[in-house]
Amino acid sequence: MLDDLEDDRRGFLKCMAWAGTGALFAFQGGIGSSIGLDAALAAPVKRTAIQPFTFAQISDSHIGFNKPPNADARATFREAIAKVKALPSRPDFVIHTGDVSQLSRDEEFDDADQMLKELGLPVFFVPGEHDMLDPDGGKAFLNRFGKGSQGTGWYSFDHRGVHFVALVNVADLKPGGMGNLGAEQLAWLKADLAGRSSSTPIVVFAHIPLWTVYADWGWGTDDSAEALKLLARFGSVTVLNGHIHQITQKVEGNIAFHTARSTAFPQPAPGTAPSPGPLKVPPEQLHSMLGITDALFVRGHDRIALIDSTLSA
Amino acid sequence: MSRALKILAFQASAIAAGVLMMGVVADMARAAPPVPPTAVTIGNFTFNSPTLTVKPGTTVTWTNADDIPHTVVSKDGIFKSKVLDTGDRFSFTFAKAGQFGYYCSLHPHMTGIVTVKA
Repeated sequence: MLDDLEDDRRGFLKCMAWAGTGALFAFQGGIGSSIGLDAALAAPVKRTAIQPFTFAQISDSHIGFNKPPNADARATFREAIAKVKALPSRPDFVIHTGDVSQLSRDEEFDDADQMLKELGLPVFFVPGEHDMLDPDGGKAFLNRFGKGSQGTGWYSFDHRGVHFVALVNVADLKPGGMGNLGAEQLAWLKADLAGRSSSTPIVVFAHIPLWTVYADWGWGTDDSAEALKLLARFGSVTVLNGHIHQITQKVEGNIAFHTARSTAFPQPAPGTAPSPGPLKVPPEQLHSMLGITDALFVRGHDRIALIDSTLSA
Repeated sequence: MSRALKILAFQASAIAAGVLMMGVVADMARAAPPVPPTAVTIGNFTFNSPTLTVKPGTTVTWTNADDIPHTVVSKDGIFKSKVLDTGDRFSFTFAKAGQFGYYCSLHPHMTGIVTVKA
């Protein structure tokens, strides 16, 4: 039974992501098809030795942001946390993919920390560029949210057979460039992945997208190709990012990429405005453009379902 | 003084004043040649005068007009602003001639250059 499942697992990568519009995309061997969300959730889960689990992603809380279209990013973050609490299946943990704060101020980090503690769940962080603005260039963030991490805040951990890798691509950015991982972190990643079986499902999370969404706005990571090369041999890789405050997704080989909504403010779609920055939507629209992501692992099915939901839903 | 003389004297003094004014204007032009912009506004994730040429001793002031914070950081480590929130300013005086490239360390695709020459 388990062997069959393992074959099936190797043969298929099924990644589903609901883009918040009611559509659900199932990817098999890289070919996308769309099925109904209800049908997917009702699908029987094969019995395996490993229990399915979920985790939630929140991103770009920008605590301290108070300009149009959102006068109070703390309030919408609180709503996002309530949303995580209300998920039908309690997540094992939460990941925050950066830009916790607007200006790296102590009170911004502290408020985020206090609000997240209400969840009663472990939270794993990576910094965004807004979290690197203290005089020591990221120390304030690391002291609070990066204990036990290496370099500018990278680390990995295992959870129920899945290997999670947290990467930092907002430190030491180069003039004219985009996000940057750097040689030291890439060497660490190589060593971190070296001993692992290719059948280990991998989840990578980082703030700026690890593929180029839009170079003109710096929405990509200069040296991400080197990281993706190291990940290419794994049968199931899911890359979760933030930064661009909207959902985008792509599948390349066995790697599924996904960016999350912000809990603070939306940004324009690539190229639809003179620049990135807060999209000044009317108040009644704001909540439909903010949200959280719920990730569901079902080993055996080898299925990673990413379900995005808005704060208005 | 006859009326005609008075008029003549007035005209003469008016002409003299005019000549004097022209002289003042000419002096002003000599003292203050066309002033190159010394202010750079940051807006829409760009430095609005990405290339700027100034004379040695010029102070350049950057003002962030975006709703998102930015920084002004010299590529060669010569100057570095703190984070500039909306409306915040940063100034640097360029004492020596040379080319000074800079960028926003948060959004490094934002770049600019200040050329200083006598």
